[in-house]
Amino acid sequence: MSNAVIRKTLISLAVAGSVTLAHADVVIGVAGPHTGAYAAFGAQLWNGASAAAKAINDAGGIDGEMIKLVKADDACEPKQAVSVANRLVDSDEAVAVVGHFCSSSSIPASNIYEEAGVLQVTPASTNPGYTDRGLPNVFRVCGRDDQQGDVAASYIVDTLGAKNVAVIHDKDTYGKGLADAMKSTLNAYGVKEVLYEGLTRGEKDFNALVTKIRSVDADVVYFGGLHSEAGPFVRQLREQGSKAIFISGDGIVSDEFVSVAGSPKYVDGVLMTFGADPTSYAAGKEVVNQFRADGIEPEGYVMYSYAAMQVVAEALKQTDLDPVKAADWLHGHKVETVMGTKSFDEKGDLLVSDYVMYEWDDKGKYSMLDM
Amino acid sequence: MDIILQQLVNGLSLGSVYGLIAIGYTMVYGIIGMINFAHGDVYMVSAYVTAIAIAMLSFFGIESFPVVILGTLIFTIFVTGVYGWVIERVAYRPLRGSSRLSILISAIGMSLILQNYVQISQGAKQQGVPTLLSGAIRFDVGDGFVQLTYMKLFILCASFIGMGVLTYIIQKTKLGRMCRATQQDPKMASILGIDTDKIISTVFVIGATMAALAGVLVTLDYGGFDFYVGFIIGIKAFTAAVLGGIGSLPGAMLGGIILGLSEALFAGLISSDYKDVFSFSLLVIILIFRPSGLLGKPEVEKV
Repeated sequence: MSNAVIRKTLISLAVAGSVTLAHADVVIGVAGPHTGAYAAFGAQLWNGASAAAKAINDAGGIDGEMIKLVKADDACEPKQAVSVANRLVDSDEAVAVVGHFCSSSSIPASNIYEEAGVLQVTPASTNPGYTDRGLPNVFRVCGRDDQQGDVAASYIVDTLGAKNVAVIHDKDTYGKGLADAMKSTLNAYGVKEVLYEGLTRGEKDFNALVTKIRSVDADVVYFGGLHSEAGPFVRQLREQGSKAIFISGDGIVSDEFVSVAGSPKYVDGVLMTFGADPTSYAAGKEVVNQFRADGIEPEGYVMYSYAAMQVVAEALKQTDLDPVKAADWLHGHKVETVMGTKSFDEKGDLLVSDYVMYEWDDKGKYSMLDM
Repeated sequence: MDIILQQLVNGLSLGSVYGLIAIGYTMVYGIIGMINFAHGDVYMVSAYVTAIAIAMLSFFGIESFPVVILGTLIFTIFVTGVYGWVIERVAYRPLRGSSRLSILISAIGMSLILQNYVQISQGAKQQGVPTLLSGAIRFDVGDGFVQLTYMKLFILCASFIGMGVLTYIIQKTKLGRMCRATQQDPKMASILGIDTDKIISTVFVIGATMAALAGVLVTLDYGGFDFYVGFIIGIKAFTAAVLGGIGSLPGAMLGGIILGLSEALFAGLISSDYKDVFSFSLLVIILIFRPSGLLGKPEVEKV
């Protein structure tokens, strides 16, 4: 055989091989910040999704076909999210996506998935804009920022009786969206914020802002953003002697919030809204134990990601692996997950949201507050 | 009044850190005419080394602040200095004499290598070091107070001492004379018997040393860090170096202080939303009227 013939044979073999592979697997993307400053959340997503996929595959897969997960890294950047979404759709031929993490990534990516008829279930993107645009293929297994903001605002007004509230955000889709949602409910209660400002993500020095907060005598500081900024922010607030109560959302729900603040004493008393403890559901008990046995703490979004994968798998199973029909099916049916029974409204939001208040203590742990 | 004074304190301590890191940019530019874009990441590496040093010292049961800080400083400055030396050796020396563009790209590549290498080896998690020095001095001003934490005071002293020692080395010592000679005319300097390669290496090590000093101080003050912290602070320090006149040592320090103060005052008195817009607009305006920066000398074409 001449070289050319050998090469041709090899190429056709390779093509044949990849085609058979593509048919044998159900490719599902796990999209999120697997690198970059928020890679910790990407790891949470991956841990949850891969454990769920393994459990489903061990039980026979989806109609006998195995789930193959593809890691898609958006680094929490909208531009990169669009390009990995295109890659998932075009070259990986994914039928569904669990992700993305950041709302600012989920929203632009969802347009790509809609065009390609791919089902998208996010475990973590809470910005209302994600489902409010009326796309048929988007779902989330977490709550919405306006629900989260409502809970925080009513707690600030009713329980804390605060008068001077400073609202700070990180200028990002998630952080600002959350802060705005909180602010509008706060204003509806008749409390006007004394300060409304954004800080820059990636910086560590917020002393100037803290001094300004001191100058307006804020008794509550509400922060919409992630733990990497919340940590140094709350530390500098305490170091400048402010005793204002610090409240934030689910963006700080990670042990790293304590390490980045430098010491548990700085996070003592910090309040946060988050879904009712995802490890407390009876349906998820075994999974939680399995995670702990494997040395993974099912913190933050691990269980959410597990549940999102279950939702995807169940919908695909009911509709012969057709993602468009699967999205349609999800709008009218309930799915059993490790976080209880989930059902979705016509926009793709959960029918029942479960936000509650948590408080961090001086040991660097958080626990649910009785409300 | 107390608020403005407090903002001056905030800005001064932030600015002194910018100044320290800016020294690395300005010296490297002065000597080989390129921007070392990996410099911010050298700073990032020093944050990790700081945490390792503190962990090691506490493992041996050493807790007293002066010993810990001194040990950490020596260890971090040494390790980071080695990084500076190796980076020059690997990424810049082989490209000596090639076009500026390839050196620039090599610098950016080095920055990405450092970020990814630290991310892979240390994890992408946010890390933190515990508070070593707490407490503050307070001055009552009118109804309010102005506060200077001991850590901030320490940062101010340490960075000014660092800058002072460096200025002395460059202005008064033989090593400094050789640096200045190499900066003025590398070819002539090497004809006169100066090992210019060695001087260039030394300058990289000095730059890394100053970044290490900043890394220790900032890490101890703010606690948290990750593999990405070099990026923003690197850009800010680079801006400070350009603002003060790139290539000029006093310029880097002045640029750092001006940038820190303008950020703090703008954020404190107007809005932190547009803080960076303001400081970078300031840079643009200064460059329009003084293209070589505040203390920079216009480059003379050598004939």
